[in-house]
Amino acid sequence: MSIFIDEKTPVLVQGITGRIGSFHTEEMIEYGTNVVAGVTPGKGGTTHLGKPVFNTVEEAVSATGAEASIVFVPPAYAADGIMEAAESGIKFCVSITDGIPTHDMIRVKRYINSASEGNRMVLTGPNCAGTISPGKSLLGIMPGHIYMQGNVGLIGRSGTLGYEAASQMKELGIGISTGVGIGGDPINGSSFLEILKHFEKDDETEAVMIIGEIGGPQEAEVAEYFQKHMNKPMAAYIAGLTAPPGRLMGHAGAIVNTTGESAAEKVAMLKDAGVMVAPTPSDMGITMAKLLKAN
Amino acid sequence: MNIHEYQAKKLLSKYGVPIPRGGIAHSATEAIYQTNELGGDKWIVKAQLHSGARGKAGGVKLCKSHSEVSEFCDKLLGNKLVTNQTGPEGKMVSSIYVEEASNIAKELYFSIVLDRASQKVTLVASTEGGMDIEKVAEETPEKITKIVIDPAVGMQAFQSRQLAFTLNLPNEAVGEASRAVMKCYRAFRDTDANLLEINPLILTTENKVLAIDAKMTFDGNAFFRRPEILEFRDKTQEDSRETKAAEHDLSYVGLDGNIGCLINGAGLAMATMDMIQHAGGEPANFLDIGGGASPERVATSIELVLSDDSVQAILINIFAGINRCDWVAQGIVDFLNMRDIDVPLVVRLSGTNVEEGQKILKESGKDVITADTLSEAAHCVVAAWKNSTQKEG
Repeated sequence: MSIFIDEKTPVLVQGITGRIGSFHTEEMIEYGTNVVAGVTPGKGGTTHLGKPVFNTVEEAVSATGAEASIVFVPPAYAADGIMEAAESGIKFCVSITDGIPTHDMIRVKRYINSASEGNRMVLTGPNCAGTISPGKSLLGIMPGHIYMQGNVGLIGRSGTLGYEAASQMKELGIGISTGVGIGGDPINGSSFLEILKHFEKDDETEAVMIIGEIGGPQEAEVAEYFQKHMNKPMAAYIAGLTAPPGRLMGHAGAIVNTTGESAAEKVAMLKDAGVMVAPTPSDMGITMAKLLKAN
Repeated sequence: MNIHEYQAKKLLSKYGVPIPRGGIAHSATEAIYQTNELGGDKWIVKAQLHSGARGKAGGVKLCKSHSEVSEFCDKLLGNKLVTNQTGPEGKMVSSIYVEEASNIAKELYFSIVLDRASQKVTLVASTEGGMDIEKVAEETPEKITKIVIDPAVGMQAFQSRQLAFTLNLPNEAVGEASRAVMKCYRAFRDTDANLLEINPLILTTENKVLAIDAKMTFDGNAFFRRPEILEFRDKTQEDSRETKAAEHDLSYVGLDGNIGCLINGAGLAMATMDMIQHAGGEPANFLDIGGGASPERVATSIELVLSDDSVQAILINIFAGINRCDWVAQGIVDFLNMRDIDVPLVVRLSGTNVEEGQKILKESGKDVITADTLSEAAHCVVAAWKNSTQKEG
């Protein structure tokens, strides 16, 4: 089992007819993702890339049984698209869009969380590279071939740094059960911890690696959870040891504003909790190899 | 995006938040004019720059005569002021805010933040005004009150009262304080602010509540619906390299080292900087070229990195997903065809179209050091940097 998506998961693409949506839909179909439909308001009834296009997510879900969705909608309208997915029965949603206003994301979270726990959509992103269950399904924009199928759960904020980790692991013959990008924004759909709980329950995942960075409290939450509740071994890497405080480092959420948000503090918290931390970004693969060997 | 204190006060005052009377001046003459407009015999004059801790740096003064006001303006206007938040280069002061002096009975702290733990807008207040709030939070957390706002319904009146009562105000001032808090919240909500900080919020000896300082920052991602906020932008307060980068939609942060970096993705960029330091060098900048970078964009990025005179070596690290290594390589070659560079250049390409990219670099015959892995790239650039700077010496 992988988490969230596999080769059977019926996938809907919101914004399928746009330039970026089209490009990545083709890549996903080629990878083997079970894309069943697209949504572009006003283009319902047409066909795009061989898939039926609907005006609303609700229509698409009732006609095709789509369970997962990927949102390629421009920043000004992305929050609306995500809430539409949540309302229409989508279970797992990936938001790729970079640049959604933070106040919009606060409303999105409130909207999603108003559903009862069993009916609540899992949102990952925004501003992420997507989610991949290697060899099964790709719901994102990452190059699928660098991910080998296997038993390590991977969670990261940054897309390209996640590629770096996946390729280092592949070099060492270590595969991934599911790789989840949670995105670089200050308010994101799912935190490290929320995804980690899914991996903890997944039979196929033997160990987990998180790739964090400066800013926010999420790595500290992970350290606490790992120490108190987690049975699976975990490795981590935190980017931004050289990042100066108070400066925004590319990602809208990558800024050290307060105590506990620097890379050095996060590394210390994770180490104290017993997480194996890669000392440099080129040691992510080897650290996972050591962790697997020790367990 | 940051704005000046006087701009934040103007904005807050539009929402009805009580502020002292004041006016902006760009010269000593204008400052004197403002003191005449305000009347009275003492005024607070404040240098306007995007930084806190201005008082300690000599940027704020209580003046009791026109000559004191003049002297203050002459000293500060047109010069850079260094505070413990600006870095050693300081920031330009091109305007002075002249305000009527208030009779302070009590200094309080009030802010509105986007709290990343609760993922909601949160109000923070404390009786310990005028202090470093981080320090207060650490040493006396019981003196800080936090109230979380439900985004579905917004702030409620009882919450503003709750907050006002924790500030130990005399009863006749509680109503005014809670109204001020509510108005601040509306200003925050309606402008897509990331932060609103009033430190201090004061109680005057006349039992009035006033915002004596005001700091606001805004979400750049919301400017499409807040064009009036973008008008507050002051480019003289920004690092000129960062402004230039932003014009090309590149994310750049200037740092103090000698090794220029050009990377795709913010996380990989930070990781590459860390790797450079681990290999014994110091990064000169953070630069994320983003996804789908064209050869022109790559060439522009190299030019931007080189516009920093302290750069003595360059590392380009690309892990292409939606980028293409061949486009990146072409951009590098195009740039080197346009101009020679006298610093070593190390390139590491990986991911989409890597073979094509490496071929383009190789066949160009240009002096480019290539590396296969992140670790190799970082060690290569540090070695090349040490080597070339020794030769110069």
